Amino acid sequence: MSKFFTSSIGQKFFMSITGLFLMMFLCVHLIINSLLLFGDGELFNEAANFMSSNPLMKVIEPILALGFIMHIIYAAYITLKNRMARPQAYKVVSKTKVSWASKNMFILGGLVLVFLVIHLANFFWKIKFGTVATVSADGHELHDVYSLVAGLFKGCLLYNVLYILGAIFLFFHLTHGFWSAFQTIGWNNNKWIGRLKTISYIYAIIIAGGFAVIPLYFIFKYFV
Amino acid sequence: MKIKLNIWKQANAKAKGKFEKYELDGVDAEMSFLEMLDSLNEKLIKEDKEPVAFEHDCHEAICGCCSLYINGHPHGPGNETATCQVHMRSFKDGDTITVEPWRAKSFPVLKDLMVDRNAFDKIMAAGGFVSIDAGQAPDANANLVSKIDADKAFDAAACIGCGACVAACKNSSAMLFVSAKVSQLALLPQGKVEAKRRALNMVAKMDELGFGSCTNTGACEVECPKGIGIDFIAKLNREYLCASIKEAE
Repeated sequence: MSKFFTSSIGQKFFMSITGLFLMMFLCVHLIINSLLLFGDGELFNEAANFMSSNPLMKVIEPILALGFIMHIIYAAYITLKNRMARPQAYKVVSKTKVSWASKNMFILGGLVLVFLVIHLANFFWKIKFGTVATVSADGHELHDVYSLVAGLFKGCLLYNVLYILGAIFLFFHLTHGFWSAFQTIGWNNNKWIGRLKTISYIYAIIIAGGFAVIPLYFIFKYFV
Repeated sequence: MKIKLNIWKQANAKAKGKFEKYELDGVDAEMSFLEMLDSLNEKLIKEDKEPVAFEHDCHEAICGCCSLYINGHPHGPGNETATCQVHMRSFKDGDTITVEPWRAKSFPVLKDLMVDRNAFDKIMAAGGFVSIDAGQAPDANANLVSKIDADKAFDAAACIGCGACVAACKNSSAMLFVSAKVSQLALLPQGKVEAKRRALNMVAKMDELGFGSCTNTGACEVECPKGIGIDFIAKLNREYLCASIKEAE
């Protein structure tokens, strides 16, 4: 088994497992974010405070961070090694018809990473290490995360555009990443390959579309 | 037909190669691509010039020798065809055709368009065989094989080991080749006996020889002259994972 982790298939297996884990996280993240669209933020504040005070989250948070780090480090390592497998490039660039996303996963991942850093600085950092105003709801105090989010989108149109762009990069990354993860762990065959590719697109549309709706909502609320 | 050619010329494995331009007149549309190269070489020999070295043998897409990267496609235009099945009618009069050898660290260029594909033989030697004593030809019904498995094994066995998968892959990965060989044997009763060890050893050899890893672009299955699908790669991943777990027990 020790050889498994250093083999090319084993390294890809890690990419898949971490990828699938991150895709599950995206579902949870989107469900909570969708509460931003309802009411005046009370629902979202309740959910955000529940997540940050939940003891289970204290355990999951470092695992999630590790999932991201592993996924990124393995991606960089594998990509570098794969580039070395062809020291001399072709003069005529490959004309083989394959999905654009599949050829550009590293670049797309890099763009998502740039977005992630900005995103963490916008919210995670402020909630975790800064001071967030509190509001009282039903007799108990809540961190007013809604105002933090709404404030960012209200303050600058550029942030809205940036978050939509982030969703677009994520969309392309997921269209390939979803089915590819199943392929790499061996959960694929002739029948399922088409189905999985379709599910990939559905999943990517729901996730990326869902995340893009939030800045769009704020654009229409504050700028139109 | 008049054809302009842009062909990779490299004196030997150590030399630094470059593209050479040729013009060829009187090309018949019904000529095969290899016949066209033959006529180019005849012309070059008459002109007392060095002919272009390229590999070919069976001319019926069985041997897998004719490995040319033509205009951005391994084995040129057309689906499920090897270079020897490409005809000049696929091109237009006055076309410029760029011909390159397979590009991969594991397939070093020997001369011009010829590459050394010994790496595939080394992978096969690492486990692509059945070493149990099969004895006399058994009774036809002694080893029952389901039709589904037989068909699947046959699909995988269609691999001619030409290396187009490596040439097409942006990572120069040999996963389609290895997956076809591993699957073909793992699906049949005689091959099942050593299936685990075979998967472990062939993948280890593939990695050792410097092939890249599979990022599931699917370029290999598009360019494979034998139409081998990437579902075999999923099967290899499964076989390899199971073998690794079994080994750890």
